[in-house]
Amino acid sequence: MSVKHALLALLEQQPMYGYQLRVEFEQRTGTTWPLNVGQVYTTLTRLERDGLAAARGEDAEGHVIYEITAAGRDEVASWFTTPVSRDQPPRDELAIKLALAVTVPGVDVGTVIQQQRSATMAALQDYTRLKRQAGRDVPTEPSDLAWSLVLDSLVFGAEAEIRWLDHCEARLRRAAIERPAAGTPTAAPASERSTR
Amino acid sequence: MSAREAVLRLTDVSRVHGSGANEVHALRSISFAAYPGELVAVMGPSGSGKSTLLTLAGGLDRPTSGMVTVEGTDLDRLSLDGRARMRRTSIGYVFQGFNLIPALTATENVALPRELDGVPARQAREDARRALAEVGIGELADRFPDDMSGGQQQRVAIARAVVGERRLILADEPTGALDTETGEEILRLLRARCDAGAAGVLVTHEARHAAWADRVVFLRDGVVIDETGADPVELLTEPAAR
Repeated sequence: MSVKHALLALLEQQPMYGYQLRVEFEQRTGTTWPLNVGQVYTTLTRLERDGLAAARGEDAEGHVIYEITAAGRDEVASWFTTPVSRDQPPRDELAIKLALAVTVPGVDVGTVIQQQRSATMAALQDYTRLKRQAGRDVPTEPSDLAWSLVLDSLVFGAEAEIRWLDHCEARLRRAAIERPAAGTPTAAPASERSTR
Repeated sequence: MSAREAVLRLTDVSRVHGSGANEVHALRSISFAAYPGELVAVMGPSGSGKSTLLTLAGGLDRPTSGMVTVEGTDLDRLSLDGRARMRRTSIGYVFQGFNLIPALTATENVALPRELDGVPARQAREDARRALAEVGIGELADRFPDDMSGGQQQRVAIARAVVGERRLILADEPTGALDTETGEEILRLLRARCDAGAAGVLVTHEARHAAWADRVVFLRDGVVIDETGADPVELLTEPAAR
């Protein structure tokens, strides 16, 4: 995650001190990606070194206030207009685990899949509970809307993972039917109609 | 004994279709319960037995072996009429295809099961109007199904499923024909009904819809293979289940 760009984007709204930046960040993203104050100050020091932000003195309580520079504004504009790179997908532990599970002898892949599906479903239930608490009304505060979109992203992510697990299971079953000696469970007869 | 009695209980239920070489085991010795205030989702691929489970729970089909009870009554001991009465008074069914009667208005569709049950027409219609208002479409009470959107028709179907304080709501892919947002509204309604004390069973293949439930039960090949959010009370009572 680009903490640097997120903080710069917040500074573009108005000058702020470290703790304020952390609060503003978490208002928009919940505590999905917790940010400690130390990380915020380290990042601010780097932004200052790179000429993207500058300290402009202290407030009455002694907090150092940072503001964005012209170069910083350009950096934010370019961040928003550049797509997040898909050239190198982030390392996906689950995909790697399954890739190994289907190749390493003696692993019960069905169990690996089901345990993950249950865990991901439990997470999806938690996200849905948060959505339910938020109610059906369209959020009026921009930061509430931001948070509900982050929540939707988590919901879509978990849903996609479960769909992928279902797909893996179906493909493994098909493979097992074609190679009955493979040792994976065989598929059961399809009898009932699930859709009309 | 648990302080809560299950509204729906399947004990060691199997359902076999056909015979000999064509024998298909749709459900194999399943035990399952739904308690008041609880929404349980049943997930599984086509052929896993999830719709069979629902038709048995609703008394639309009979198990090959095992017992299905609704509010403590063994459905198999009821006559055909008895089961039909049970479906009108205790069980609400919501289908993917809404199953409304096109020649009847929204109010008449919702009032029908009550009238069939001997409730005076006027009272039945009052109940129907109240149920329609509860699901947010009180103003569409006199419309015919063809003049409504899919989401509105499914709301009518939900009103019909809950009218008369029915305690068991069975929903078979109720959001299947609806867009994402409308589907979510339908789930909110089901959820609200369960929060108000009914027991709900939701059959779905969509994870995001199942996530509205308190528990998610996974079926494969007619067997429960796993579940999330298992209720400790249920785990305690399961071995002694009647």
